[in-house]
Amino acid sequence: MPTVGILALQGDFDAHNRALAPLDVTTLLVKTVADLDACDGLIIPGGESTTMTKLINGFELYDDILSFVESHPVMGTCAGMIMLSKDASDSRVKPFKVIDLSVDRNAYGSQKESFEADITLSEEFETSERPFRAVFIRAPRVSSWNEADIIPLASYNDVPIIFRQGRVLALSFHPELTDDSRIHSYFVDMIRESLVR
Amino acid sequence: MKKATFETKVGLAEMLKGGVIMDVMNVEQAKIAEEAGATAVMALERIPSEIRKEGGVSRMSDPQMIIDIQNAVSIPVMAKVRIGHLAEAQILQEIGIDFVDESEVLTPADEANHIYKHDYKVPFVCGCRNLGEALRRIGEGAAMIRTKGEAGTGNIVEAVRHMRQVMSDIRRMTLLTRDELMAAAKELGAPFELVLKTAELGALPVPNFAAGGIATPADAALMMQLGAQAVFVGSGIFAADNPEVRAAAIVKAVTFYNDPAKLVEVSRGLGKAMRGIDMNDIPKNEQLQNRGW
Repeated sequence: MPTVGILALQGDFDAHNRALAPLDVTTLLVKTVADLDACDGLIIPGGESTTMTKLINGFELYDDILSFVESHPVMGTCAGMIMLSKDASDSRVKPFKVIDLSVDRNAYGSQKESFEADITLSEEFETSERPFRAVFIRAPRVSSWNEADIIPLASYNDVPIIFRQGRVLALSFHPELTDDSRIHSYFVDMIRESLVR
Repeated sequence: MKKATFETKVGLAEMLKGGVIMDVMNVEQAKIAEEAGATAVMALERIPSEIRKEGGVSRMSDPQMIIDIQNAVSIPVMAKVRIGHLAEAQILQEIGIDFVDESEVLTPADEANHIYKHDYKVPFVCGCRNLGEALRRIGEGAAMIRTKGEAGTGNIVEAVRHMRQVMSDIRRMTLLTRDELMAAAKELGAPFELVLKTAELGALPVPNFAAGGIATPADAALMMQLGAQAVFVGSGIFAADNPEVRAAAIVKAVTFYNDPAKLVEVSRGLGKAMRGIDMNDIPKNEQLQNRGW
């Protein structure tokens, strides 16, 4: 059974833990390098990317997490996507730059603009004909991406919201806040494939 | 597409877990808080320890002061309204505040009714001393609950009392049968459906944070160990000697709340904490926690 780590320095790591519960995996809340060593893949949750940056630097975890996300499957949701992106357009955040995206933080405005909407997943996902309820909280927006290497896997109002580049999966919304496990299941499949190879 | 649903409100509270929300009185302090790793700031004109000293009626802060802080930081900005003050809440919603704290720290505007929070697009946090009070606020639409503690004292004893009470009330609910839960709802003075949900979850239906008297990294770690999912620090940072250092230390303590070696590392050399007040020196009628019901 693969072990899925959830970076638990700050953010909605509990929600990811709940979302993984129905799947056939072991989950581990990751706070130290020793935790990271036990994982086959990692989720960087939603939360505040400035706070995550402070904690990663304050406990000198940057290099270890970087080498992990360069060599293992990793999924980032919302702030997690910002942390994985090449360009976070904000000097307060120090991202790992493992997916070729430029991201604008809080691109939709303040909390009262937060929303949920039905989106259509690409055919890579199981039962993609069924809509997915996507929850956007003070969400970031991807302003540009490497179109040669990345095909977005879903869009909302013509704005792409799910991106995959090799081992890296990045989403601007929160699949962990709904009961629908298709996206977490897709990520677990990415981990299983990486273990077979 | 649906904006500002209850799910998006609770969603923001989920994002703040494992973090520290800091009281700030101006742009400079807000930037210090963000730089220290705060997940959000609470903008207010006077921190609770000053409100306590100066007395008088304490109201919502000047919207201009709040807007200046919104413009200065990228993290969510919260602000307080008086209990039951609908118009103050409407004003804060209009300026795009991220979370409203309907707070006992300000002088109540209504001694009988809290705001019906489901009517707003902006999420609300409210204080509580026990499970019944928490579930009444959630029934009105609160998307986050915090302990009341006793704000502005730098004394953790009341926050501990309130968190212990809430967690022990929850544990008791999980042991009751369904027919007993109706009697429990009556006794708690809480909506039955929310009592049932709490019993099923073994937790509050919304995130459960700590506030009121946190002054040191160890205080924050204590509240997390008792079941808090994040902490608010009011006077504890900017009434202390080295706010920058103390703020960063409390942020780290909340992440590593159950790692004593890390707590040693972050707790030492912080300078003087705020002086603090013994509860015996505060007459009952001056205790902020008795505001609201």
